[in-house]
Amino acid sequence: MVTFFGVPIQALMGQLLLGLINGASYAVLSLGLALIFGLLNIINFAHGAQYMMGAFVAWMLLTYAGINYWLALLVAPLVVGLFGVLIERLLLHRLYKLDHLYGLLLTFGLALIMEGLFRQAYGISGQSYDPPQMLQGGVNLGFMFLPLYRGWVVVVALAVCLAVWAGIEKTRLGALLRAATENPALVRAFGVNVPLLITGTYGFGAALAAFAGVLAAPLYSINPLMGSNIIIIVFAVVVIGGMGSILGSVLTGFGLGLVEGLTKVFYPEASSTVIFVIMAIVLLIKPAGLFGRAN
Amino acid sequence: MHEPHAGGAGAPLLAVRDLHAWYGESHILHGMDFEVRPGEVATLLGRNGAGKTTTLKAIMGMVGRRTGSVVFEGGETIRMPSNRIARAGIAYCPEERGIFASLTVAENLVLPPVIRPGGLTLAEVHELFPRLQERADSQGTKLSGGEQQMLAIARILRTGSTLLLLDEPTEGLAPVIVQHIGTILHRLKERGFTILLVEQNFHFAAGVADRHHVVEHGRVVDCVPNSQASTATLQGYLGV
Repeated sequence: MVTFFGVPIQALMGQLLLGLINGASYAVLSLGLALIFGLLNIINFAHGAQYMMGAFVAWMLLTYAGINYWLALLVAPLVVGLFGVLIERLLLHRLYKLDHLYGLLLTFGLALIMEGLFRQAYGISGQSYDPPQMLQGGVNLGFMFLPLYRGWVVVVALAVCLAVWAGIEKTRLGALLRAATENPALVRAFGVNVPLLITGTYGFGAALAAFAGVLAAPLYSINPLMGSNIIIIVFAVVVIGGMGSILGSVLTGFGLGLVEGLTKVFYPEASSTVIFVIMAIVLLIKPAGLFGRAN
Repeated sequence: MHEPHAGGAGAPLLAVRDLHAWYGESHILHGMDFEVRPGEVATLLGRNGAGKTTTLKAIMGMVGRRTGSVVFEGGETIRMPSNRIARAGIAYCPEERGIFASLTVAENLVLPPVIRPGGLTLAEVHELFPRLQERADSQGTKLSGGEQQMLAIARILRTGSTLLLLDEPTEGLAPVIVQHIGTILHRLKERGFTILLVEQNFHFAAGVADRHHVVEHGRVVDCVPNSQASTATLQGYLGV
């Protein structure tokens, strides 16, 4: 049997794949968080709940309306994105002149309410959601067996991250977003409807979280706490990547997923804490994060 | 360039009446009254803290609270948010230049949306400021101070706005650059732009302006045609 530092290559690859899949979720989630933080200056604690809602909406669409995974991949982010737009218009926009802490507290409260409502309705035992027919089964790569759905998650998450990055770096709308992140008052004085841009960004960030939730639905049990379990790690990812840095959050998301996977192979006891240890070290050495700009 | 939409011959392009502005609890403007006529270069002159920059920001709706009246092309703008004021045809170039670090020179240049036809084309902007074309791919804030000032002026010329609010465009720049900016302002005036200029450098102001409004303690205390503005009078007001 081929081994690597005494670890069978199959086990190593299996954990790396798992790390990549986790990393894909981290990347898509932290991308939305970074976008929202960059423009709104709000630490969106409701992001985990929006991820959970994405998974639940997909499950509800299938269970109650017979709408399949592929359509859910479009509809669930749209529904949760619109919900985000409502939250921003009705609640968050009242807080922009106050300290960041108020936004954090409000979104934390919203997350608890959303979790509570889903808990009340569906309990915490979890719902299952099958991968679409086309992505069931897997392929033997020789050194490991790759479940098709897991491969799909990595590829599509990577594609979404690249598309969002390109949209922000290479388009006019992206240039407006970057400029409004730096100086919203001046961009508005150029005739740009910045409040609309802010609402759209929050809605898009929430939709990205929901998209990650739909991707995760066939992988994990769909339960009201799935968001709060992952969101703490995602916050660590955003801090390590650099608050507000788009590329930083994507690279750090995938990178830390892999680091977590490797830790599971070589020192499983540390696998649940390794990301936080890295966060502490990065904060000590580079407080603005690996890709963040110090203000 | 555009003719004013409203008002007959001699009607001001911009009429500011009893304009008050506040930042939080601080009352900064105490009833500014002045006009800017179509096609002229008017200045707001005054010492530091007199309220010149706040006047431009209040015209653009960028202060915490403002009262009074700001009529542009015959339409009242006092209740409009700043994006609608810009869309009405007023373009603003801030004192700190406001070049975006995360955008290239080219991206900075085309950032302000074109609000109506009649502005300069990109080719015309590049003809006025050739350096901006040479450095199109550089990060905006990597330009020299003079180049950043050119970029800050250049980017509002494409929008089709008829009134340009320029806040101390010569501040901290070498004399040769100041001279170049003076030449640019003359060309913009010939082209039909109306300019409201905030300045402390009265030599520069005297070289380009038609009228000077002297600002003290948030009010206009004197209005002097450039032909009658003596160095001594203006120096007295500016305390230099």
